Amino acid sequence: MSLAKYKWLIAVGTVTLLLTLPIWVLVSYVFVPTNDNWSHLVETLLAEYVINSLWLMLGVSFGTLLLGVSTAWLISQYRFFGHSFLQWALLLPIAIPAYIIAYTYTGLLEFEGPIQSYLRTIFAPSIVNSLFPEIRSLGGAMLMFSLVLYPYIYLLSRSAFSNHSQHALEAAKTLGAGPIRRFFSIAIPMARPAIIAGLTLALMETLADFGTVQHFGVSTFTTGIYRTWTGFGDTTTTAQLALVLLVFVLVLITLEIWSRKQARFYSSDSIKSVHIKHQLTGWQAFGAFAWCFTPLLLGFLLPSSQLFYWAMTTAETQFDSSFIQLIWNSFYLAFIAAIVALFIALFLAYAKRMNQNKHIEGSIRIASLGYAIPGTVIAIAVMIPLAWIDNTLDHFMTSQFGISTGLVLSGTLFALVFAYSFRFLSVSLQTIDSGLNQVKPTIDESARTLGASHWQVIKNIHFPIIQSSLVIAFLLVFVEVLKELPTTLILRPFNFNTLSVRAYEMAADERLADAGLPALLIVLTGIIPVIILSKLIGKPDVKA
Amino acid sequence: MLKNVLLFFVSISFVLPVNFAQADEVNIYSARKEQLIKPLLDVFTKTTGIETNLVTGKADALLKRLESEGINSPADVLITTDAGRLYRAKAAGVIQPAINQALQDQVSKNLQDPEHFWLALTTRARVMVYAKERVSPDELSSYEGLTDSKWNKRICVRSSNNIYNQSLVASMIVHKGEKATEEWATAFVKNFARRPKGGDRDQVMAVAAGQCDIAIVNTYYLGQMVNSKDEKQKQAASQVAVFWPNQQDRGTHINISGIAVTKAAKNKENALKLIEFLLSPVAQEWYAKTNNEYPVIANAKPSALLQSWGKFKSDALNLNELGINNTQAVQIMDRARWR
Repeated sequence: MSLAKYKWLIAVGTVTLLLTLPIWVLVSYVFVPTNDNWSHLVETLLAEYVINSLWLMLGVSFGTLLLGVSTAWLISQYRFFGHSFLQWALLLPIAIPAYIIAYTYTGLLEFEGPIQSYLRTIFAPSIVNSLFPEIRSLGGAMLMFSLVLYPYIYLLSRSAFSNHSQHALEAAKTLGAGPIRRFFSIAIPMARPAIIAGLTLALMETLADFGTVQHFGVSTFTTGIYRTWTGFGDTTTTAQLALVLLVFVLVLITLEIWSRKQARFYSSDSIKSVHIKHQLTGWQAFGAFAWCFTPLLLGFLLPSSQLFYWAMTTAETQFDSSFIQLIWNSFYLAFIAAIVALFIALFLAYAKRMNQNKHIEGSIRIASLGYAIPGTVIAIAVMIPLAWIDNTLDHFMTSQFGISTGLVLSGTLFALVFAYSFRFLSVSLQTIDSGLNQVKPTIDESARTLGASHWQVIKNIHFPIIQSSLVIAFLLVFVEVLKELPTTLILRPFNFNTLSVRAYEMAADERLADAGLPALLIVLTGIIPVIILSKLIGKPDVKA
Repeated sequence: MLKNVLLFFVSISFVLPVNFAQADEVNIYSARKEQLIKPLLDVFTKTTGIETNLVTGKADALLKRLESEGINSPADVLITTDAGRLYRAKAAGVIQPAINQALQDQVSKNLQDPEHFWLALTTRARVMVYAKERVSPDELSSYEGLTDSKWNKRICVRSSNNIYNQSLVASMIVHKGEKATEEWATAFVKNFARRPKGGDRDQVMAVAAGQCDIAIVNTYYLGQMVNSKDEKQKQAASQVAVFWPNQQDRGTHINISGIAVTKAAKNKENALKLIEFLLSPVAQEWYAKTNNEYPVIANAKPSALLQSWGKFKSDALNLNELGINNTQAVQIMDRARWR
């Protein structure tokens, strides 16, 4: 290995090591002997956690792939009534936190809810009771996650469909391949890295969720981790359970990387081609519209109208100047975290690209585990080492200079931004990575051969191609931080509230109607980036 | 270069502690939600001039935060919504025996730590709520009675993840022993009308909708429903009535919201003033009125709604026991398949 490569390795190693501090805190518990609670878990609930988590992942994979890929394909290949609206509106569900959509659907569909109550006035109650599916169930959870997480797949695969598989698709069309054949044998394989990147994100978020599964009474790893911690007050067993979850995620990520290696396609050129969309008419146009409108209706319009209704019933008692503060806190916290995560991801993505080195790839893989770890676990695993550093520093400064430094890292916004950078690194990394993957490495090599510096390659070749990925990466993390609850709740400094904290405090007190307004504001604040996002991914079409 | 240095300091100042110690302040870690503590803190500041700084969160996370921050923790007091967490805080060595005689005298013995580490601020009772149309109060007696086969598929209760259920089972362990409690839990779970889900209000809604006939809930949730702006909740609450279990023997199970001074407290005097304020009739009656919790001092009145539910005998168990037996309680519920 050359000296330059060592420098890269050391740089990447340092960044990932610092960033993954929370993971090492968890890993240190491998060496603590298991106790009674662990064997109790193995005897009673562990199998249920594993099985439920697996089912949930399977169901969410099916749901998000079905919704995400199909809508992305329709939008990228055809024109039909409502096309230009759906193109961006299909992203909207991403602004709704999973636990919030769970609350709204429970309100609508549960036994006591308006729909079942109404049906009981028409049909015999016993028939309704036995036939109406229970929303608070494993199946209900799969549906909820699918509805709010499909936009990841839509977002990434749509840009893959419209950017880099166009030439091949046009060629196939000329050769007489029908739309179904073109879809399965060209579009899907070519968009596979993007689709899988989106799916991985959706699954990681599913694994990390607590609020939804808790509300639905489905025991998964996350509820188990939480229960072990609060019920037994046993940090050791909790950390060990979290480690089992980590192994799960590691397998998931390895599968993803393996699957990407199986087929690596690059765009044959980096110039956007003219992309002609087929105009649909008649029932075909209606069918396409109805299909794309359904996830929007169920994943956004319906839940946000419920939120709006709740917000209206409580608005006059709730809305005051403190809400402006909440919006501002949420906004700037999300902004800082998104910027930091973007720069770290950019650095790591380049390190990986410029050095085909398995140590570098390995450390990056570990660094992107954060997204699947429940926010509560990350928060605690961030708090412990930061407080330790603070206390050690304070002790040193006090004994040497008589100055007490107190807590400078933990208990400040630093702790929050640090936790978010780790937790959401995977989101920005996946996005930038799949953007960079559109550029053939041979292009870099040719440019280098022609005497361009690394910097020139980045500036003149990569940047124009990946700039939309950069913005997408930024905005996705922004929306994620806005929605994130446990980390904010646990690590925030004094007197620092955000919209999600307010929504949670009301919902946890079982005051769903009062949670409506802050939840609606999360969604509204989240919509702004979603609209910017959509403008960006819509761009190639406009240019053409 | 200068610009960069400036930029660096600006960004550092962004993350540095938001609050440097002020002379007259008290810093609070609270498991009570903001809406159920902040209004009182504002009154406290107005009357005493002592500023309050608040972080709310889940009790276990706040506890962990106190533990890892150690002597440098900025918190002066810890407020929780159950006794078990106060016991854990004591065991973890993050609170101190600061409750003075004047405060001790105001609250009955079982609602405070014998070694004066913590003190209750309000009590909440875990009662049975039954469908007025389908159940007669004569059929009800005690928590133990709910294992009878006549209640088969008629009981709703939330998940065993919930601390109030854990505390209820912990109290039974103390009174009946582990073995009897496990037998009770197993038979009790068999009578569930549905898999546990949702919160306490959801159980009341389910009783009103006819999915089950009895629910076990904390009184203040029912109180919130009675006072709700949501017609559906109001109506559901009107269809049910409260039954006080175990009046013939040990009394109804209660839990508390409580407070303790942290070991790291730098504003101990102010912390004690805050506790004194939270025990004052003004604060006690505010809780009774706003959240239908029972006052812990003699000269504060329960709200009209609380009075309408009648007087009751509460379990006189020292509440430290709830914390001591919490782990066993959870294990028993796991084995009984109480999800």
